Amino acid sequence: MPLSTQPPASGEPYVLVASLDNARHLSSLLRAVHFQDHATCFATANGLRVTVEDAKCIQANAFIQAEIFQEFAVQEESVTFRINLSVLLDCLTIFGTSSLPGISTALRMCYRGYGYPLMLFLEEGGVVTVCKINTQEPDELLDFDFCSTKVVNKIILQSEGLREAFAELDMTSEVLQITMSPDKPYFRLSTFGNAGSAHLDYPRDSDLMEAFYCNQTQTNRYKISLLKPSTKALALSCKVSIRTDAQGFLSLQYMIRNEDGQICFVEYYCCPDEDITEAEL
Amino acid sequence: VINTIAKLAKTCTLRLTVSKLYFILSDKVANGGVSMWCELCQGNFFDEFQMEGVAAEHNEIYLELMPENLSRALKTAQSAKAVKIKLTNKHCPCLRVAVELPSLSSSSRIVTHDIPVGIIPRRLWNDFREPSVPDFDVSIYLPVLKTMKSVVERMKNLSNSIVIEANLSGEMNLKIETDLVSVTTHFKDLGNPPWASEDGCQSSAQDRDLESMAEARIDIKKLQQLLAGQQVNPTKALCNIVSKRIVHFILLHEDVSLQYFIPALA
Repeated sequence: MPLSTQPPASGEPYVLVASLDNARHLSSLLRAVHFQDHATCFATANGLRVTVEDAKCIQANAFIQAEIFQEFAVQEESVTFRINLSVLLDCLTIFGTSSLPGISTALRMCYRGYGYPLMLFLEEGGVVTVCKINTQEPDELLDFDFCSTKVVNKIILQSEGLREAFAELDMTSEVLQITMSPDKPYFRLSTFGNAGSAHLDYPRDSDLMEAFYCNQTQTNRYKISLLKPSTKALALSCKVSIRTDAQGFLSLQYMIRNEDGQICFVEYYCCPDEDITEAEL
Repeated sequence: VINTIAKLAKTCTLRLTVSKLYFILSDKVANGGVSMWCELCQGNFFDEFQMEGVAAEHNEIYLELMPENLSRALKTAQSAKAVKIKLTNKHCPCLRVAVELPSLSSSSRIVTHDIPVGIIPRRLWNDFREPSVPDFDVSIYLPVLKTMKSVVERMKNLSNSIVIEANLSGEMNLKIETDLVSVTTHFKDLGNPPWASEDGCQSSAQDRDLESMAEARIDIKKLQQLLAGQQVNPTKALCNIVSKRIVHFILLHEDVSLQYFIPALA
């Protein structure tokens, strides 16, 4: 069946139609959560959420609000499908990943519904690429049940402060230990690798600290291999909020500003590796 | 030039005549059926060129060499004052590359690379004849190589083979199709090069429907290698497609012409 180069006119039976002048607004966010081959896409009138999970311990979500798109129409209450994220990213970046000023790839995404492939129409400099990506049954997603009322500790930091730290994390350590406390050391990142243990402290009155709400001293450990992919989201972001709840579940929320100055969010949720909640350090 | 050849072939034949150098790869199974013919005028590259072939009527030399070796030797020559290449026969035939490097002292430093070569005897010279332009179905100019390169590189992640199709209305499509995904890139307004009419093949092309596509499915890695080797935009780039058989690429730069044949997959 030949693929036509013309995207469908409105009135066609598509449950999801989205247009974006600059496909990078979508591809860069998706790369920030690309640590598994498969992702679940969830579209509502509010926008698009793409979720990636691993080992039943970590979940990453990329949110692209409807306002970011030049056109975003969802015909049903919600549209969900599972898709190969590596393939999706290869298609979105078909014209290359270098961002030359003034040149961008325009995107139109169409989805007919359950059982149909996702259609992408990409155009750059007069050349049109049409992609048809098969979709699958959406999986059950983890529900971390992380709501703001149960948050014990919360810090908002400027990302530039954390970027170097995360890029240089000692990967020979199995865990990343995060300590948050109303008393010293306030906010500490620790690793325990072959060369020894490393501690990185951030004082509460540091310039990088935008908000500091710590009520209880908490020390939690998370598998470092699961958290390492969040470095991609950190690299793109300008601010990050770090929150933990009573069980030690970690929520990392990254505020990302795209080329046009619009704001999008990526969040990572992670289960603690061991439950070490100390009342006092 | 050597860098491009090195990317395309592990071993190739260098044919030297009085006026030209040729890098040749003939279509053996070991190459995956790919063949290459690269031609350059010695005058454009060398200040001095002396050669003496096997005999007066066959004033040519055929050598077998690994272009990667020559490429590495020439890397030393990036900031050289002068480079001399000689064919010698000490213990075994070698291409001796002597690079004169600038130095602070009055005597200059000379770095010498000896690249082993095989001499190809005259009886085998027929294996390396210039390939004739095939009786193609469509001839079309290639799109901007940078765009083609990006697209083919991404497609390489998704599939092992790619279909090139083109018609006489200047349209070319690159297509891949797997269980997971199908992707088609459409290029328009590319233009079709005019070929001098020979024995009626042109008139039959005129009878043909301008819209109908000639297509061939080829190994995507080979196409990607060819495109990756093109660092500079060629003066002219075109391809001839023989439907389901072979794709013949012609890339012309100011001083070098490169022809590359990629056969269609079974």
